[in-house]
Amino acid sequence: MNTALPQTLPHAADYIRVLPEIILSIFGMLVMVLEPVFDERRSQKSLGAIALVGSLAAIAASIYQSQYAGFAFWNMVRVDSFSVFFHVLVTIIGAVVILSSYEYMAVQRIRAGEYYGLILFGLVGMCLMSSAVELVLIFISLEISSISTYILAGFRRREASSAESSLKYFLLGSFATAFFLYGVALMFGATGSTNIDKISQALQSNEVPTLAYLAIALMFVGLGFKVASAPFHIWTPDVYEGAPAPIVGLMSTAPKAAAFAVLLRILFEANAPGRFWLIWVSAALSMTLGNVGALVQNNIKRLLAYSSIAHAGYLLVAFAAAPQVGISAAMFYAASYAAMNVGAFAVVSHLANYGEKYVTLDDYAGLARRSPLLAATLTIFLLSLIGIPITGGFFAKFYVFSAALRSNLVGLTIIGVINSAIGAYYYLRIIVMMYMREARTEVPVMKVPAGIAAALVITVAATIYLGVLPGRVLDYALHSADGLMHVPAQVTPLNTAAR
Amino acid sequence: MNIETLSPFILSLVTFVPGGGALLLLLFPRRHRDIRLFALVVSLLTFILSLHLAVHFHNAQPGFQFEIDHPWINSPNIHYHMGVDGVSLWLVILTTFLTPLCVLISWHSIQDRVKEFFILLLIMETALIGVFIALDLFLFYFFWESTLIPMALLIGVFGHEHRVYAAVKFFLYTMLASVFMLAAILWLYAKTGSFDFVVIENAIRGGQVPGFAGASLWLFLGFFVAFAVKVPLFPVHTWLPDAHVEAPTAGSVLLAGVLLKMGTYGLLRFNLGLFPEQARQNAPWIVVLALIGIIYGALVAMVQPNMKKLIAYSSISHLGFVVLGIFSFTSAGLNGAMFIMLAHGVATGGLFMLAGILHERRHTYEIREFGGLATPMPMYATFFLIIVLASVGLPLLNGFIGEFLVLSGAFQARAIYGILAATGVIWSACYLLWMYQRVFFGKVTHEVNNHVPDLSGFEQAALWPAAAVALIMGVAPLVWLRAIDPAVQTALVPFTQTVGKVVGQ
Repeated sequence: MNTALPQTLPHAADYIRVLPEIILSIFGMLVMVLEPVFDERRSQKSLGAIALVGSLAAIAASIYQSQYAGFAFWNMVRVDSFSVFFHVLVTIIGAVVILSSYEYMAVQRIRAGEYYGLILFGLVGMCLMSSAVELVLIFISLEISSISTYILAGFRRREASSAESSLKYFLLGSFATAFFLYGVALMFGATGSTNIDKISQALQSNEVPTLAYLAIALMFVGLGFKVASAPFHIWTPDVYEGAPAPIVGLMSTAPKAAAFAVLLRILFEANAPGRFWLIWVSAALSMTLGNVGALVQNNIKRLLAYSSIAHAGYLLVAFAAAPQVGISAAMFYAASYAAMNVGAFAVVSHLANYGEKYVTLDDYAGLARRSPLLAATLTIFLLSLIGIPITGGFFAKFYVFSAALRSNLVGLTIIGVINSAIGAYYYLRIIVMMYMREARTEVPVMKVPAGIAAALVITVAATIYLGVLPGRVLDYALHSADGLMHVPAQVTPLNTAAR
Repeated sequence: MNIETLSPFILSLVTFVPGGGALLLLLFPRRHRDIRLFALVVSLLTFILSLHLAVHFHNAQPGFQFEIDHPWINSPNIHYHMGVDGVSLWLVILTTFLTPLCVLISWHSIQDRVKEFFILLLIMETALIGVFIALDLFLFYFFWESTLIPMALLIGVFGHEHRVYAAVKFFLYTMLASVFMLAAILWLYAKTGSFDFVVIENAIRGGQVPGFAGASLWLFLGFFVAFAVKVPLFPVHTWLPDAHVEAPTAGSVLLAGVLLKMGTYGLLRFNLGLFPEQARQNAPWIVVLALIGIIYGALVAMVQPNMKKLIAYSSISHLGFVVLGIFSFTSAGLNGAMFIMLAHGVATGGLFMLAGILHERRHTYEIREFGGLATPMPMYATFFLIIVLASVGLPLLNGFIGEFLVLSGAFQARAIYGILAATGVIWSACYLLWMYQRVFFGKVTHEVNNHVPDLSGFEQAALWPAAAVALIMGVAPLVWLRAIDPAVQTALVPFTQTVGKVVGQ
């Protein structure tokens, strides 16, 4: 069945359809190769600049790519407005994280070469996840993205907690990907294909084999781990606590967005059977456990870790809704969550100082007095996380819950809105700390360096933009959701011949 | 410029001038001395602009006026839709009237973080006005939630000793309640495809909403919970005394004067407008809660040793009258409810300003710390008396008209309601006059009170308008009722028990 493959070489357009990945890989290698050439003191900034250029080029390539919608490399990759959306999202997150790491590296005395290189390689995997329509390729890109983040989590290598974080993430993560792979294998057994469109056809035409249910459940376990949804969330607080703060900003948004993209493709494009209760239970659990867990945290990184579990839950609510409204709501949520969370972690990483000493809630006391602008910025992100109007978080929740109600998911919506009210409490605790408590003088507040300032400007602008004029992004999401549901006929005749 | 040309966008202007002023304030250097002046100018400008509404408002014309309707977001179908009718018109003007007074009363009392204070105050004004004029449910919710943050910050940053506790309690209480309203709004959108108040209202009246019969009770309750907490109705009133006692004076004035009216306005506009059938069925227990609020609030106010807490509990009692009037479904009751909202805003706003003035001088609200203040502070005592009498409901002052109308409406609905509520009038005379007696009459019991200075110019400037309006409203209530009555009649159309008009025209 694979005899047909070598007969034709890929078209030039095929390369354009993976152009962002190619660019990111080249720049990643460039960073690695140049690292020994620069002397160590200068290397931090120059390597950061190279990585930044790489990610900007990847953003441009992703936008350029949108003119070349279609399949590439024997139907393994599909570029459509859905994949472009996630490409742009992931690469922007990458660029902002690189910006916010810019001075962090110097403060924490971390060597830059591997760090930036791994970020770029991780982005390759995440980008590929959103455009891959072949389960094996999805698995490979999942691994590319995961392995980079496993290592990045352990980058504060002088700290025991960081090593613990990395190891925990690695062990549990590999376990979860194994589940995913097992699911892929079972799906192949059930439908005779690993191509999502083929699977979709097989599941529609025949009676659904029992094996397919099991396969979907196993794949859901693997991806549920990646997006930190309950009951696969236990690793999150420990890993986030130990990992470097800018990397947590990355980890909690980009791989999650990519995993959600995969989940959307598998569940909706492949029209997975038996997904409803799976998602329902996981969404309800994630929201509840995440919010309740966050109530008692005193470490801000752990608090945001639990909050990210809760947000994965809100996002999953959209997955339980009808596809026409659910997909776009999920995409919008992923984008606005990325804006506010990356921003929040940029603030956290700036305040953390050397060795990440200052990451407890008490360290934020009186911040409004000592650094009003920084406090106001963090407040905007927190309000957005609560879901207060004129921030992206509000519309994100709004779209998700209205999608759920349109699909008559009243129970899940009520669990969701009650949870978002509970959530208000712990975000509010941080705001109260910053504005209403006396400042602790022993916590130094450094001047905000240019890199973090730029990262904050971008994320604040995105948060407010999504909160005031969500129309364009949502329209785009709706449009790509349409594309996802109506799959065009595959272009190359090779696979049909192979059958 | 021809003043008429303002009309098409006057509502946007009134709403966003304060917010725009707040943005400009951001540009001021931190300790600039003109921050206060700028805030005053902005709030006065807003007030003048809002008078344009009153002048060009056509009383006889039913429905909404000065409407603005632009698509804002295509999907979901959200419009920037604003408009005023007789109900919202005066609430907007109440807001714009009280804000300059808040600026004046805070002139000297706020010395720390002045810039932040006035920014929050102006943002608050924009959000409050927006709540009253939004005709798109989404836009309404948007402004509704937007009032939370500036108010919580005003309490939590600028308040007194236990401010953080009070601010967090206020925030969580109202946030938790309003998510139920959000759920109800989303349900309505899911079924009608629109957030537009008028469209939804017509769809419900025309019976075009699928599944409405089964869901209407839950929708009613979803809105009701959010509004009941804001009013606040017994038994969800417990956030109010804390919030008031800890809030800075201007915060208390806006909280009692306007914020609480968001709840009663919502009950009138949404619970009666969208769910008349459910409103009627649920009226008995809501009225009972209102009556409990009237009497319980008054009795608790009676025993308060703290002046500000006393005024706070008196608000619970007065707002009970408003809810009673609304759920009597009579035109007298509704007119009275509307009038009490305005009168209470002016009178209780005035009381909080007066309490704040005393606190600034003596740093306490404890009634037993005072006594015989009429001797050192004659001017202050006079203003206090006028406002107290207005609040008690003395004829010729504004409190009387509203209470009278509500009571007569309550009698029409059911005699026992009227009888029980009427005791509230007596109670309010008891606790307010007793408080006045303990604070002002007799000999000066504490030596330090002999040297308390009387009102300053700024304080007088803040109190004169309040006292004057309290008198004018009491003498010429028709100025207000002429605009209110047609709107109230429209609101009453679904209720058959309408009994004659109150306003003889």
